[in-house]
Amino acid sequence: MPNETSFTQIWVYLAASPLFGLTVTLLAYLLAYRLYVYARQNPLLNPVITAVALLIALLLLTGMPYKDYFDGAQFVHFLLGPATVALALPLYRQIGKLQKLWLPILTALVCGVSIGGVSAVLIAWALGAAPQTLMSLAPKSVTTPVAMGIAERIGGLPSLTAVLVVTTGIIGAVLGTKLFDLLRIHDDSVRGVAMGVAAHGIGTARAFQVSAEMGAFAGLAMAISAFVAAVVLPWMAELLMPVLATPG
Amino acid sequence: MKPDFLNGITILLAYQLVGEITSRLLQLPVPGPVIGMILLFLTLLLRGSLEKTLDSATTALLSHLSLLFVPAGVGVVVHLDLIGDEWLPISIALVLSTLITLAATALIMLAIKRLLHRGNTHAE
Repeated sequence: MPNETSFTQIWVYLAASPLFGLTVTLLAYLLAYRLYVYARQNPLLNPVITAVALLIALLLLTGMPYKDYFDGAQFVHFLLGPATVALALPLYRQIGKLQKLWLPILTALVCGVSIGGVSAVLIAWALGAAPQTLMSLAPKSVTTPVAMGIAERIGGLPSLTAVLVVTTGIIGAVLGTKLFDLLRIHDDSVRGVAMGVAAHGIGTARAFQVSAEMGAFAGLAMAISAFVAAVVLPWMAELLMPVLATPG
Repeated sequence: MKPDFLNGITILLAYQLVGEITSRLLQLPVPGPVIGMILLFLTLLLRGSLEKTLDSATTALLSHLSLLFVPAGVGVVVHLDLIGDEWLPISIALVLSTLITLAATALIMLAIKRLLHRGNTHAE
């Protein structure tokens, strides 16, 4: 019969081992994914949200610091790199469509990146947010490492930007398909590009749940808009600065 | 483990590595994996036969792409206090701006697609 000390000892072992963080990440995701399938793939039950909520509850209950959790979860996190490279393959399979659509894609992309940055900044400015917050918001639709770089350059707070980027991705993933249905946009290449521009990788993951075509175009849009944003957003921030200096 | 899987994952990691090095050498503002993706896409255009080798590793990684965002997502909730007392303007700006971006990007792409299509049919 194990007594309380041996439970404590087991917990001390678990808390120090990366095995725990890794296993609970997979368990939480599997549970979240089951729920998502059970709810007939309702986008409101996006598995990212449910899994994150479960894991946060676990961290709060056990008092485990995020750093200790991440020691294990980093093995999953690391796979984001090769997965991003792998997006080249579904894109290559859409090469026929890509050749026909490159001009509409590029135009929509440049407009979308600019509208994404300017609209976020202006709405928050009108609602009275501080200048540093505005600059942290500007790159909110761009993939995290690029967004943090842009925020730093234009006077935002990179760590705040990281939070805003992931939140934006989840908002896009949850609301995107509903919005497209409402606007009667059924073309998966168009839906994919919009998802990649507005909601980067998390939107791309959502797009792959819909179809390989939507996923391929979302991945392309995410990658190209990272380049476009790195050029356009700092320039746009400078342009908007005189307006933003006056309180909203 | 199928040999193709091992070959595939090795190719993906090698392209990521080349991407990381390129990004640092040329001081590009874009992360290594994104450069790696573009380089791999260009390689596929030149050598389509690579598609078969990459298939199983790519399918494995992309079939549950959502899972890979979970650790970063947990980190966000931990740092949620950074948003502080400006949570209301920030939340409104995020939701509205994301909807605007989604709609604007999709509608602009559709409009140009139709415009080009009309131009083509006139020319024919």
